[in-house]
Amino acid sequence: MAQSKLTIDGRELEFTPGETILQVAWRNGVRIPTLCYLKDATPTGACRICLVEVKGARTLVASCALPAAAGMEVSTDTGKVHTARRLNVELLLSSGDHNCLLCEANGACGLQALAYEYGVQAGRFLGMTQTYPIEQDNPLIVRDFSKCILCGRCVQACNEVQVNRAIGFGYRGARAKIVTAGDRAYHLSDCVFCGQCVQACPVGALTEKKARGQARTWETSKTKTTCPYCGVGCQMYLHTKRGKIVKITAADNQGPNFGRLCVKGRFGYDFVHSPDRLTTPLIKENGSFREATWGEALDLVAAKFKEIMASEGPDAIGGLSSARVTNEENYLFQKLIRSAVGTHNVDHCARL
Amino acid sequence: MAGLAASYGSGAMTNSIAEIEDCPVMLVIGSNTTENHPVIGTVMRRAVLHKGAKIIVADPRRIPLVQDAAIWLRQRPGTDLALVNGLLHVILRDGLQDQKFIDKRTEGFEALKESLKKYDPATVEKITGVPAADIEAAARLFGAAERAGIFYAMGITQHTVGTDNVKALANLAMATGNVGKESAGVNPLRGQNNVQGACDMGALPTDFPAYQKVANPEMRARFAQAWGLASLSDKPGLTVTEMIDAAAQGKLKALYIMGENSLLSDPDLNHLRKALAKLPFLVVQDIFLSETAQEADVVLPSACWAEKDGTFTNTERRVQRIRKAASPPGQAWPDWKIIAELGKRLGGSWGYGGPAEIMEEVAKVTPSYAGINYQRLEELGGLHWPCPDTEHGGTCVLHVDSFSRGKGLFHAVEHAEPAELPDEAYPYTLTTGRILYQYHTGTMTRRAVGLEDMAPECLVEINPADAQSLGLANGDQVRVASRRGEIQAKAWVTERVGRGVIFIPFHYAEAAANLLTNPALDPVSKIPEYKVCAVQVAKAA
Repeated sequence: MAQSKLTIDGRELEFTPGETILQVAWRNGVRIPTLCYLKDATPTGACRICLVEVKGARTLVASCALPAAAGMEVSTDTGKVHTARRLNVELLLSSGDHNCLLCEANGACGLQALAYEYGVQAGRFLGMTQTYPIEQDNPLIVRDFSKCILCGRCVQACNEVQVNRAIGFGYRGARAKIVTAGDRAYHLSDCVFCGQCVQACPVGALTEKKARGQARTWETSKTKTTCPYCGVGCQMYLHTKRGKIVKITAADNQGPNFGRLCVKGRFGYDFVHSPDRLTTPLIKENGSFREATWGEALDLVAAKFKEIMASEGPDAIGGLSSARVTNEENYLFQKLIRSAVGTHNVDHCARL
Repeated sequence: MAGLAASYGSGAMTNSIAEIEDCPVMLVIGSNTTENHPVIGTVMRRAVLHKGAKIIVADPRRIPLVQDAAIWLRQRPGTDLALVNGLLHVILRDGLQDQKFIDKRTEGFEALKESLKKYDPATVEKITGVPAADIEAAARLFGAAERAGIFYAMGITQHTVGTDNVKALANLAMATGNVGKESAGVNPLRGQNNVQGACDMGALPTDFPAYQKVANPEMRARFAQAWGLASLSDKPGLTVTEMIDAAAQGKLKALYIMGENSLLSDPDLNHLRKALAKLPFLVVQDIFLSETAQEADVVLPSACWAEKDGTFTNTERRVQRIRKAASPPGQAWPDWKIIAELGKRLGGSWGYGGPAEIMEEVAKVTPSYAGINYQRLEELGGLHWPCPDTEHGGTCVLHVDSFSRGKGLFHAVEHAEPAELPDEAYPYTLTTGRILYQYHTGTMTRRAVGLEDMAPECLVEINPADAQSLGLANGDQVRVASRRGEIQAKAWVTERVGRGVIFIPFHYAEAAANLLTNPALDPVSKIPEYKVCAVQVAKAA
């Protein structure tokens, strides 16, 4: 497609028709803050933080929603822009109960970061009293409406990124709320608990229930890995504190999942730290198990295998490898059965 | 996978997941994608929402993707092959095939064409129960598309005609020229994180890594050399199901099971339990004392996925890293270390420093992985095999200029009824599968707060009309029995299933669907017919 040019903060920049001012700016390293912009979804222009000046325009414009046009002259860093952004942050702060002390999003909150950046506190405007109670009837997601800034990112994540179509805007004006069909609780609605709304929430309105109180964001380390469930192989981050998984989020900007996960990938990690995990080798004696050392257990297996190989031949032994373990482990397993035992009786449960 | 390998020379997904978003027409058959591969389901729905794609869903159940579908074909369970042949019949009748592709890239077309003559829409309606007009409409939509992709899962393969089902789909894709180009192809969606990798790595009785055949003496010599041995056995190995039979007959004396809970996932569990009981020596290596591990003589504790390094190969042939984020509990070891330690005791060279080093050996003996190493995976995030050398960027679309086997081979495949059909004594058709909130035998998901809360018990899906005739209300306990066993669970009266069809998920040990299923196998792939068997249903006393 033909490239056209516009100017942002005095820099002449190329854009592809259809790109918004925000996208062109970001692509070229120009910072424009936003709370509601969500990649892979239609812009909503809801938060009014990404306001910029466009020469000739009557008012400031939302850069996330305005397509770039040839010859446009955009300024992102003017006094007028900053005054407007500061005011909008202040209004958002006043619109709910933004108490960072107990908030799960503390340290990873878009609103907190902007309040800090612009030196804004709530208080000048009469705060709204809490309209809707916290919803925590379901086992996975806590919805704190007092912290919701109605940016609509969760709605876009649900409808346009995951296309699960479980939530939308409901009611009007000061009573506006993100609702499921019939404003039922999540677990009684069409929600499939993919948790994309939680990942998209820029504040602490939507949080993982299992992660609450487990760790502050700065206390965790993130390890990138591949989901252990189905064959899609989603890329994800394990957030751990002292070796314990506190939550899982999707890795962005990368296939195959490009920032998406399903309910199993995002929430199905408890088994890792289950008290039922096997912690020691076991040997069965007289019908019941006793704990054993690795040396004992492995020596016993090797001795039994050798005994059977000698008396019955290697084909009397079989091995079932696993579609759950790594490539390296599958490789070694079949090598063990083929080379050390000496039979091709090796298979796994792909068929099942 | 055997069907696709016979048709194209390679049994894997021909295209990549990212391409789905630009796929204008999709046939989703035997895959409840949004519940079993939810993130692929999401890409499909995004294609519909953002790019106007049209989906044809062919499934006996009203799966969630039906609401996104342009056309829904509700075939009688076990009649997929007739349905697909019917689609291709209409495409050829109306001249919608890609004759250039057929002439240039394939062989066996004339025989196929001849065999398809009898699959006219009226006949196929009689076999499948799908209205002829819907067959016509679906065929025209698929046949006229510039690019069309086929997506299937166990709903196609877990039949006694599973291999032929896949061949029929391979025929459909080739005849319409939908192989070897982007956003098209034939795409089996693999159900477990590393099924693809387990197959690639040669955890198969017939194949060394990269599907190099054990039956080929040259390959045996090559691997013997690589592993420092004079020779390797020339005796063909046994499949899972054959090993279980051999154990039951007393021929197999020892079985080493790593990371599988066979006692819940295998067909005809009673048979399996007897076979394992007869086995003189059973070793189970797992993260939990699973139903299977409880039967073992020795249990070896493994580290789980979050506690070790390694790679998985996903359904689109993309090799990706897993990384250690936590320490294993107690004495548990990563599986690779357990195998290597056992190897040292059985003889041979097993001094591996870690997974990266094992991958170096894999790359040496596995041509499709030759260009894959940990450093490249770190830089690129993942690589799609085939990746023949370290300069190669990986391969998203297979069979671009030629098929792995040279020319694509059409197979004339014929409809055959499932091994067990409903009759007077067992009047309902049972089909099994997974649900969104649980996974496989549940050893992982049933321990997850939230997942287990959302789906704490086995629900037997039954059509409202059937429920009425059986005097069942939603939530009643029902007894479901087959010729092999019986279970009790709660009824879910729902339109998801058609009349005469029952669906039971196989996750629940307390109501194990595989006590009922039929162990009849596909003769080639040896996959059991989990998708069709005959049962009786009654309100539990």
